[in-house]
Amino acid sequence: MTLAQQLPMIVVILPLLASPLCVIAGNGGRAKLLMLLVVWICTAISVQLLSQVVDSGPIDYQFGGWEPPWGIAYHLDLLSVFVLLLVCGISALVLSGGHKIPQEVTEDKVSYFCALILLALSGFFGIILTADAFNLFVFLEISSLASYALISMGKDRRALRAAFQYLIMGSIGASFILVGIGFLYMMTGTLNMQDMSERLPALTDTSTVRAGFAFFIVGIGLKLALFPLHFWLPNAYTFAPAIISALLAGTATKVAVYMLLRVTLGIFGINFALEQMPLDRLLLILGGSGVLFASMMAVMEDNVKRLLAYSSVAQLGYMAMALGLASAAGVTAAMLHLFNHALMKSALFLAIVPVVIHVGGFHLHHLRGLGRTMPWTMAAFSLAGLSLIGVPLTAGFVSKWYLLSSALEQHLWALVVLILIGSLMALIYMWKMLEEIYFKQPENPNAAAAEAPIQLLIPLWILVAANIYFGIDTDLTVGLAEQATQALLGAHP
Amino acid sequence: MNISLLMGLMIAVPLIAAVLVAFCGRNPNLRETISLAVGAVLLLVVLALGAADLSDSDNYLVLAEPFPGLELALSAEPLGVLFALVAGFLWPVTTLYAIGYMRAEKAKNQTRFYCAFAIAISATMGIAMSANMLTLFVFYELLTLSTYPLVTHQGHDDAKRAGRVYLGILLATSMLFMLPAMIWTWQLTGTLDFQPGGILTTELGVGTLSLLLLLYIFGTGKAALMPFHRWLPAAMVAPTPVSALLHAVAVVKAGVFTVLKIVIYLFGLETIKTLEVTHFLAYLAGFTILAASIVAMTRDNLKKRLAYSTVSQLGYVVMGALLGVATGVLGSSMHIVMHAFAKITLFFCAGAILVAVHKTDVSQLNGLGRRMPLTMAAFLIASLSIIGLPPMGGTWSKWLLLQGTLDSGLMVLTAVLLISSLLNLIYLLSIPVRAFFLAPTKPLTVPHTAPPTAAPATQQEPVVLGDEAPRNCLIAISITALACLILFFVPDLLFEHVGAIPL
Repeated sequence: MTLAQQLPMIVVILPLLASPLCVIAGNGGRAKLLMLLVVWICTAISVQLLSQVVDSGPIDYQFGGWEPPWGIAYHLDLLSVFVLLLVCGISALVLSGGHKIPQEVTEDKVSYFCALILLALSGFFGIILTADAFNLFVFLEISSLASYALISMGKDRRALRAAFQYLIMGSIGASFILVGIGFLYMMTGTLNMQDMSERLPALTDTSTVRAGFAFFIVGIGLKLALFPLHFWLPNAYTFAPAIISALLAGTATKVAVYMLLRVTLGIFGINFALEQMPLDRLLLILGGSGVLFASMMAVMEDNVKRLLAYSSVAQLGYMAMALGLASAAGVTAAMLHLFNHALMKSALFLAIVPVVIHVGGFHLHHLRGLGRTMPWTMAAFSLAGLSLIGVPLTAGFVSKWYLLSSALEQHLWALVVLILIGSLMALIYMWKMLEEIYFKQPENPNAAAAEAPIQLLIPLWILVAANIYFGIDTDLTVGLAEQATQALLGAHP
Repeated sequence: MNISLLMGLMIAVPLIAAVLVAFCGRNPNLRETISLAVGAVLLLVVLALGAADLSDSDNYLVLAEPFPGLELALSAEPLGVLFALVAGFLWPVTTLYAIGYMRAEKAKNQTRFYCAFAIAISATMGIAMSANMLTLFVFYELLTLSTYPLVTHQGHDDAKRAGRVYLGILLATSMLFMLPAMIWTWQLTGTLDFQPGGILTTELGVGTLSLLLLLYIFGTGKAALMPFHRWLPAAMVAPTPVSALLHAVAVVKAGVFTVLKIVIYLFGLETIKTLEVTHFLAYLAGFTILAASIVAMTRDNLKKRLAYSTVSQLGYVVMGALLGVATGVLGSSMHIVMHAFAKITLFFCAGAILVAVHKTDVSQLNGLGRRMPLTMAAFLIASLSIIGLPPMGGTWSKWLLLQGTLDSGLMVLTAVLLISSLLNLIYLLSIPVRAFFLAPTKPLTVPHTAPPTAAPATQQEPVVLGDEAPRNCLIAISITALACLILFFVPDLLFEHVGAIPL
């Protein structure tokens, strides 16, 4: 086997192996450098994998040459490489932006910090690529445990409590998923997702399969921060180190949405998951209430990081809702929004990083007057905010267009109104921040609020440019999302 | 001349100006020269387009294709050319005015001002040239966003509050109503192109069409149809050149232009005629005309009064478009032009009064005609044009609109037009009458409500005949006032374009 054929394995193994190396490398700049190097290599590999899959169809990789059901297999189709590239690219940009900034993390923990980030990423990549249900659980635990530790590294002591809360909720979620896997294994006798999906249709009448399905959905719902299982997320994002909030906002929940898509559509199939089982209505109702509730919380919130976190919950609600439409258009919209939302939210969180460090806090009043002292950072923040609102010529508008058309297609007027009200509320909470930035005088003009370093501005503006680029040229995003949808739904006609 | 090249230039030239202005912020003279020069270039480009043969095959320019099969594209048609001509002509004039005004006011952040102004003009050109509803929508939103920093230019709390109302209403209406209407149209017909005769046919059913029309018309918040008109008076907190060009010409005209485009090229007059809801909307426009006129009479602040007058005049255009007859559409299209010239003159005068004697209220203007004869004469000319009296350009559009109401058989609206003319007479003409015939209540030299930042110079200067606003401002006022007159004698220029609109 050539090296090129080993790429699916390398992208997961590389961060996993580099993680202990980071600890060995020590607390100097070497650990950070190693981490960045690994992340960028993974990004390069994911680009290569994407082009391979686009050119020559899905890739099947078997570990050690053991064929499933004996060995562990990876299955790379359009959806997985699409999400892989997204997660790799976002983390590479966010981490390059963050690594030069004096961290909120104390100097003696930097090597652990980098090691944990690599572990979390390795877990994400594994979840995305694996074709084995138990393997999915293992990688989920790897990424979750690393995330708990990362969040607990926040400077504020409440970070510990937030991390603990996340740990409890995350573990419950993971156990539910494990029970779900157990039930399915019991019924189908296999852990390979493809085998499962082939054997399941005959077994859908059994309550074991149905219970397994329910366990799966609740578990993933917890990880996804689906309303009303979302309450760990605002705390976790608020108290985590700023750079970790930026990283997780663009990756962790996106991977959870990927899991939801993979399990409901890939394993159970759209017929069972969304038509026989009432998941479609459930997702519509929960997603819709999530949009309303979380947007309302964001409108009332004064803490910028928590505000953005609530906004994330609302945006995840959109994705759940789109999936709940149970149509090709809906699934496409969900995937598209998954991509676009990762772009905008990581840009927003990344723009907050220098604020936390230079101004010393992330409440609304800390933003005052930053339009003058940090013009470039705040311009980027504003543009990403416009994308979140869904102004034309931004990625957010493309998402909104597809969300609305998929809802209109089924004449679900209530949903149309809900989406529009949601974006109106996004306008309100974004504008609340923009007014502080551009209209208020700085609270303490002596505080040295300087422009963010260029190392942060470059990745930040790349993200912003991506927001605008994918608002104008959607060949890549829409094209991939549509093809991936066809591939997913085509498997279960 | 290559039409697609011209259309591309119309968008690009103001954008280039914005970039150049941003780089020349340190040197105000150079910055203003660039603004003026680029304005002149744009005018030439627009004039070239006005003279071009639109049936040319290259009358289509694709900017991007954000959705499969749905392009951001430009294509010139007579109505759009007319709108572009008006905006293109008035931009350099307003720039001239703004230079005098902003310097006399010693305004801050002038670079940002000229920059945002140029972007707003680019967006206006985009609206005028858009080949489909999506393109129009994109530039429409861009216009809202680019004018926001202009409305809130002064940065104080009032400006911020006005900015909220402005952005809130304009973005909310377009996002809540226009966007879903557009997506719905796209799903029903598979196209959003502006086509002669319309793309929505009666086969779609009366219910769907009525709902769509309501969504579209209310979605066009810029047309200031009641109850979505509040943003326009709020926007008056902006510096006067902004009120003059953007809130009397570009932004509001973009709104009524959008209404016309929707009526003519999405629905088509034949379809519009058959809908009951059209009458409802036409009556609502009639209500807007009267209600806004009455509110205007009660407003003592000159700019607020002019703003409500604008709301009322926009009602004319919307009403004309919804009459469902050709004369109505012709009248509306003419009224866009006539009202633009007249209202910009009025705003220029209001700004000139503010700069010269620091007065903002109508009740303070007694006897001002002695000091500012030129300004007040221009005010008189423009008022007459808005009222629709000969020998001013406004006569023609009002004539056509009246005829439209008669053609459509909606006699109530004929009455509305006549009553509204009387109301115009009262609230507009009273201003020059005060200025010319009443004696000053207080010595003109003592500023009545001088803002704290006002230059104290006026207190020392003796009253002199012709102690008016800066010369740049006067030139601009004279140009637009003269245009009101000229348009009465040579309306053929306009009829040529308006007559070419495929109905």
